[in-house]
Amino acid sequence: METSRLTAERIIEYMNEGKRFDGRKLDEFRELTIETGISKKAEGSARVRLGNTEVLVGVKMDVGAPYPDSKDKGNLMVTAEFLPLSSPRYEPGPPIFDSIELARVIDRGIRESKFIELNKLCIKEGEKVWTVFIDIYTINADGNLMDAAGIGAIAALKTAKIPEYDEEAGKTKFGEWTDKNVPLSKELPISLTVHKIGNSLIVDPTQEEEDISETRITICSSDGIIHSMQKGNKKELTVEEFNKMLDIVEKTEREIFKKIEKSLK
Amino acid sequence: MSKEFKRPDGRKINELRKITAKVGVVPNADGSAMFAFGDTVAIAAVYGPKKMHPQHSQDPEKGTLRCNYNMLSFSVTERIRPGPSRRSTEISKITEWALSPVVMIDDFAAQVVDVHINILQANASTRCAGINAAAMALAHAGIPMKNLVSSVSIGKLDKQLVTDLIKEEEDWKEGEGATDIPFTFTSDGKLTHVQLDGKISKKQLKEAMEMAREACKEIYEIQKKALKEAGEKQ
Repeated sequence: METSRLTAERIIEYMNEGKRFDGRKLDEFRELTIETGISKKAEGSARVRLGNTEVLVGVKMDVGAPYPDSKDKGNLMVTAEFLPLSSPRYEPGPPIFDSIELARVIDRGIRESKFIELNKLCIKEGEKVWTVFIDIYTINADGNLMDAAGIGAIAALKTAKIPEYDEEAGKTKFGEWTDKNVPLSKELPISLTVHKIGNSLIVDPTQEEEDISETRITICSSDGIIHSMQKGNKKELTVEEFNKMLDIVEKTEREIFKKIEKSLK
Repeated sequence: MSKEFKRPDGRKINELRKITAKVGVVPNADGSAMFAFGDTVAIAAVYGPKKMHPQHSQDPEKGTLRCNYNMLSFSVTERIRPGPSRRSTEISKITEWALSPVVMIDDFAAQVVDVHINILQANASTRCAGINAAAMALAHAGIPMKNLVSSVSIGKLDKQLVTDLIKEEEDWKEGEGATDIPFTFTSDGKLTHVQLDGKISKKQLKEAMEMAREACKEIYEIQKKALKEAGEKQ
């Protein structure tokens, strides 16, 4: 926690009155902008900004062997790197826990919602399937990297084209693309996080707010159906608080869905 | 529907597997416990409070709870590579978060309480068994605690909710497939951990939570009994 106690107390006081330092309501997101096609080399890519938070997400694909327990399905791999350039608190070296957790939570949301139709990414059963790599990088960390990354992953996938594959040579022709999109289901799996700070439940925290968050739940849902969930951090929750968090996610999901749809048109 | 629904091992929908719980399984440790849901066997050992190493990880204001979840390479059908993985790193942290609300170690400044959890044999719900064993081991070590915590996984197989999943159920393919929801509750009914993978409506999630609370009450009684018995022996 790098937010000072004095600031923390003020944030909580403000929130008790339903206010935040930047004038937002407790259940209000910062301005969200999504740009796609930010990398010419990637199969699909996106830049997501949530206020001052910025992440880049790229999709790359390659052909490889399937996992033994899913011989007729493509593979999905999600990684996240918290770049030292994006915050004074990240340093080069082995991945910090937060980046491992972020990648795993985003992975599960996409996997469990069956957003990518992995069964359509099989080239030869038991031998060759496409692997979809979703790589997330932080450019400026100012809170709520989790939700920004989730939105970025959807946007990058939505715009991704499958590369050309040379069957004879058994090689992917990198840099040449088919006109085929990555097979995706219609519903967007949207990952949203609700934090508990003091007695308030809020969404889209800034870094300052996130530092004093006592607990959080990230829920990935599409069209009202919940596909993955993770409670993070130490504080316990009452069942009533948990139910309220579900309601907040339901309401926010619709808003974010509209914003994503609009910017992908 | 619930009447017709047959579980692979013949249990009722809200029936836990046979639970075995025992404390004092690692004599060297300050506290230890074994907790098993049927074939899923976890042992946990507590060392500490002791001086935190490395020193830069010390919290000068309060004590730290540090959990380490590990599966033995032969605990599953297909050997898993020994050593930490992204999965085990995450479960270690989740376990820490699940236990932290009840562990009162604020007074142990610059010290650490280490909880080592090992899965000896796995048949699903390993993180839940690990958390249950860890809670007992902490109590056995005499670490000040507000409460115990109890953990259970609720599954949704096609449309049916069931308590305490086995592997065969975790891999359920029919209908809507399997949804796995591990919950951890304090003995006074507060939620300290929840995860979910699968597909479920808000309404059914709430039902699942009620089933988990009921199951956790049962588990709590078993944990308490094992701790009491160990206390009487001493």
